[in-house]
Amino acid sequence: MLSNNTINASLPVNTGFENRYNRSLYSKRRWANKLGLGFAMTAMVFGLFWLFWILFTLFVEGFQGIVQLPVFTADTPPPMSAGGLRNAIVGSVMLAFSGLFIGAPIGLMTGIYLSEFSQGSMLGKVTRFLNDILLSAPSIVIGLFIYALMVQGKNFSGWAGALALALIVVPVVVRTTENMLNLVPNSIREAAYALGTPKWKMVTQVTIKAAKAGLTTGVLLAFARITGETAPLLFTALNNQYFSTDMSQPLANLPNTIYQFAMSPYENWHTLAWAAALLITASVLLLNVTARFIGSRGQVK
Amino acid sequence: MNDVVSKARTKKTADRFNETAGNLLTRSKSTGGQKEQPDISSLTKQTLHDIPKNMPAAKLEIRDLNFYYGDFKALKNINIDIPDKKVTAFIGPSGCGKSTLLRTFNRMYDLYPGMRAEGQINLDGKNILEKDIDVNLLRAQVGMVFQKPTPFPMSIYDNVAFGVRLYEKLSKADLDNRVEWALKKAALWPEVKDKLKASGLSLSGGQQQRLCIARSVATKPEVLLLDEPTSALDPISTGAIEDLIEDLKNDYTIAIVTHNMQQAARVSDYTVYMYLGDMIEMGETDQIFTKPNQKATEDYITGRYG
Repeated sequence: MLSNNTINASLPVNTGFENRYNRSLYSKRRWANKLGLGFAMTAMVFGLFWLFWILFTLFVEGFQGIVQLPVFTADTPPPMSAGGLRNAIVGSVMLAFSGLFIGAPIGLMTGIYLSEFSQGSMLGKVTRFLNDILLSAPSIVIGLFIYALMVQGKNFSGWAGALALALIVVPVVVRTTENMLNLVPNSIREAAYALGTPKWKMVTQVTIKAAKAGLTTGVLLAFARITGETAPLLFTALNNQYFSTDMSQPLANLPNTIYQFAMSPYENWHTLAWAAALLITASVLLLNVTARFIGSRGQVK
Repeated sequence: MNDVVSKARTKKTADRFNETAGNLLTRSKSTGGQKEQPDISSLTKQTLHDIPKNMPAAKLEIRDLNFYYGDFKALKNINIDIPDKKVTAFIGPSGCGKSTLLRTFNRMYDLYPGMRAEGQINLDGKNILEKDIDVNLLRAQVGMVFQKPTPFPMSIYDNVAFGVRLYEKLSKADLDNRVEWALKKAALWPEVKDKLKASGLSLSGGQQQRLCIARSVATKPEVLLLDEPTSALDPISTGAIEDLIEDLKNDYTIAIVTHNMQQAARVSDYTVYMYLGDMIEMGETDQIFTKPNQKATEDYITGRYG
């Protein structure tokens, strides 16, 4: 009773919230909030502005080429004559898929090892560290490495290009696989062990299934990444003016076609370069949207 | 009510102070005067003799069990008999080691480095803490259900069949029967019989937990460990699971950890009261809840602390 009285005595008689709160403190915070929000909005608009400008220009210029020229049916032409991008499209698809089929399994298995089996071992730590370095290595360095390994003294080939792309796929897939498996709650692993499940069976049948959407997303994002890579192909797959599906020979591809055609003085090559750029951007966009769709569907389920 | 708590707290701090001060005289005096808190120094002396004399045949015998998380001793010289085909409940305040104890029965602690157990846990007379025990086979015999439902990301049918497929080669029809049997045991069959192909994750929380129980029951383990199986469930699902425990004890030895004392009183035949890593008292549930031998047990059960 006594203590209650002393507490009340130390406060003003009317202690309603209206009279108690500090108006300037509150308005200062509101103002800071508005300022922060304003900066964030400006930054977002600034970023989006350039992005949409790029997309708009790409669409206007590229669409023209796709409509006017036989892009999908004719091969890359000599200067000043009509032609399309058939050989480059086929070559790009072949390179990207073989790069993915070489790189993704290695990346998936490494990621599974790091998340499920390494458990703080030295090998795991070293692998993770080296993978992080590989992840941030400039792609031109990877191209140069493959050039020294497979091209120098021999010839440019599709396989060299595919391997260079695979080296870009591996670290991306390793990272996403490890992260996605780490998101699988430990309680599910314990529940599997509690039934007497051997470890390899637990990993293949429970955790990988639980992380399936995430793993697919990671592989698709890696695929999107290599469809637009130019530098690793520059001195591995090189380019080819003619239609070819021979992976042991130089192979035409979209990124290098853009590089070569855009730098040339010929009008028709410029148009084709824009068309190629639009094709690449559209496919990367499609892959990203698919990856997001799969990822979000996995979360709801 | 508030008074008791604050008194207990000051007592505790006073004890700690005396311990650090190392004053034997005041310490002995303060422990002598202790009424509300269990006298820990006497409790560490709990041994085999504290197991009630008239216990039925034991499925699991725990002898001089010590458990360590790194340097921290989480279980102190535990001696308990868990009788065959009965329900044994473990009660006690948070952090008293009941879940830790339960997780030694199927060597779940093996998964984590830095955790180790010393002593003996005899399952049908064989010490399961020995190195040469195959933990996978052990866990197939000693099933476990966790606090939170943990359905696997696969169909309801595959969830239940998962453990069975690991150790038994059954024909399609036999496996179907086993799945149906387990789901009926877990009181889930009527709700899922038309959607066995649906994902286990599509069920509600209570249904998921019963699915996990069905999964554990399907392998027909000899011992079933339940780690607070109803703490995340509503009263109706809880009731269904308690009925299930009642039904299951005809075939299985069950050990259940629970924070809900009414639940322990309802479902168990024997009750173990634990506090700060010590087994304080074990006895028939009726006896523990009506006239416990230890003052500490009585205080906990009547809600004076914990």
